[in-house]
Amino acid sequence: MDKLKKLSKQQLFLPIMCVLLVLAVNIVYDISQGNPFYSFFRITMENGLLSGRLVSIINRGSEVAILAIGMTLVVSASGGTDISVGSVMSLCASFCCMLVAGFGVSSVSSADEFAMPLVVGLLGALLMGCLCGAFNGALVAYLDIQPMVATLILWSAARAIGLLLCNNLIVYIRVPEYGVFGGYIGFMPTPIIIAAVCVLAVSLVLKKTAMGMYVQAVGINKKASRIAGLNSRRIIFMCYFLCGVCAAIAGIVNSSRITSADSNNIGLNMELDAILAVALGGNSLGGGRFNLAGSIIGAYTIQAITTTMYNLGVSSAVSPVFKAVVVIVIVAIQSQPLQNWIKKHRAHAAGKEAAKV
Amino acid sequence: MKTEQKTAKALGSKKMNSNTLLLVITVVLFAVMYAAGCVVYASKGFTHAQTFLNILNNNAGLVCVACGMTCVMLTGGIDISVGSLIALDCMLLAWGTGQGISAAVMCALVIVLGIVFGLVQGFCVGYLNIQPFIVTMAGMFFARGMTAVVSTNQLSITQDTSALFYGWANAKIQLPAFLGYVNSKGKLQIPYIRVSVVIALAVLILIFLILRYTRFGRSLYAVGGSEQSAAMMGLDVKKAKMKAYVLSSFLCSIGGICYCLNTMSGSVSQATGLEMDAIASCVIGGTLLTGGVGNVFGSFFGVLINGTISSLVKTNGKLASSWPNILTAVLLCFFIVLQSVFAHLKEKNK
Repeated sequence: MDKLKKLSKQQLFLPIMCVLLVLAVNIVYDISQGNPFYSFFRITMENGLLSGRLVSIINRGSEVAILAIGMTLVVSASGGTDISVGSVMSLCASFCCMLVAGFGVSSVSSADEFAMPLVVGLLGALLMGCLCGAFNGALVAYLDIQPMVATLILWSAARAIGLLLCNNLIVYIRVPEYGVFGGYIGFMPTPIIIAAVCVLAVSLVLKKTAMGMYVQAVGINKKASRIAGLNSRRIIFMCYFLCGVCAAIAGIVNSSRITSADSNNIGLNMELDAILAVALGGNSLGGGRFNLAGSIIGAYTIQAITTTMYNLGVSSAVSPVFKAVVVIVIVAIQSQPLQNWIKKHRAHAAGKEAAKV
Repeated sequence: MKTEQKTAKALGSKKMNSNTLLLVITVVLFAVMYAAGCVVYASKGFTHAQTFLNILNNNAGLVCVACGMTCVMLTGGIDISVGSLIALDCMLLAWGTGQGISAAVMCALVIVLGIVFGLVQGFCVGYLNIQPFIVTMAGMFFARGMTAVVSTNQLSITQDTSALFYGWANAKIQLPAFLGYVNSKGKLQIPYIRVSVVIALAVLILIFLILRYTRFGRSLYAVGGSEQSAAMMGLDVKKAKMKAYVLSSFLCSIGGICYCLNTMSGSVSQATGLEMDAIASCVIGGTLLTGGVGNVFGSFFGVLINGTISSLVKTNGKLASSWPNILTAVLLCFFIVLQSVFAHLKEKNK
């Protein structure tokens, strides 16, 4: 019993429990459908490409994983969330496609080559992500505006600007090279590689430099860390900046999957998934200590939940209901009053038992 | 030099100054925008009284929602579930009347739903102490998802499905004839307002009175001003917060009915981004995001500014449909920065 208690206090307890739960649901479903129980884990090569349900979950979950990196830092440093990531994704994807398509003239009809080199488009998208991140960061760090309110501006405006860039049209890029980022390199799905590179790069920076510690210090106590000599404003700014860049990368991957810029739908409701990933990863949404690995596991868990729901035949419009319930339950469990209540209850029960003895 | 500093201090210490200034800026902004519209689009009928009344007709639901949002924002919270809740309300109304249930029963049901929704959200915020944004964001996705559970099709309310609701929606309350104008066919057009405007204005005045003169209203200001002091004064902070969210969702349901009277249909994608308009209206109207300061009439002017922007874009006819969104966001940004600057100045004056 004591061991179980200790185990449940581990930071990765929650995400791993969720993964196990999702796996269990999948296995039960498979058996009920008459499939062998291991069919969830089966990885096959089809036409020289990796395929299988597990691969598809990890592939599809790349965007959320990339977003979760930025979101984890933002949550840790500022104790608030960046709700603009979904819209910023859409804006960056639209900007990239518009650059590549020569602002809606050439590739919209049918052209074989880019109006501008692909690199320009990608850099443009990244630059746009930087701009959005810097805007959010400046508002939060230097003007002391609550994070959610500050990012609310871009939440609404970014998607609208994307639509404006695209003239309310879906811009198709008919050059196959653009599809690589959402497609395959060799047999590997590219999004998995991109997500892995992003995660590795950021975690190396956090581990090898003092950046990770700085972020936590600022998140735990902004004033104290400033007195200790940290430039807390700059650190918060950098977290938002990075979050913008992550959103841009996720946007490129997402638009590359469909080789087009669909401003209305790219990154829709993605901010909830990213926040949910952070919460699932055992990170407190109030800031402070963070665990990047937890968030990444959380991100893939969410994708697993989504995929499982599609398997069970739940329509995509209904799935937010379940996610919303999961968010509330997790956050409620984390909440201080409930924890206190449980503690009190336990102490009460323990007292009664002691009295009996 | 010293006396100058003293006068500056005295000005700064008058709390109302910067706050009323924000409200004045809002009213002036509205007047300037509307006047500019009248000058530029005079030939397109922008000067008629009906244009102004149409802003009210189109935004009656938003006025109700903004009133509720003001109450929540006074406590230092925020409610972004309103847009989805309106979609759910409209969908329920459309679905229910389609099933042959009386519109009056459905309206009552929708209002009860709003209260229950608010109770859950308020409990999470007040008693479980979860960040309002997370709670209402979950609420937003929940309500939007539930809308899809009811139906993923676009359902509409027609005279056949509910004559009662149809009657409400098409009732015109005519204003005195001297406000009208003679159109190109030589017919006198008498300006009118819809039923929903009457509801919205009633809500506006009621909430104004509640906030100003009741114990509950004052407790909202106290909680927003400083939670700790409010608790020390003996106020039940948790209860006050919960009540604010219940009130917001309740008003949002009334707003949903008003909204449905306009659109006469329910669909999953309805009222997306309405929460943004409501929040923007409150912020533009001088409600501080940190809580404790605000006024529903400010929010009303915020809604009018919002309506004027979309009406200007519509009258122009050539601008893309995403422009109102962008302009509202720009205005929101401007006012948020302005609030922050005022807050900094106040700190310095201390």
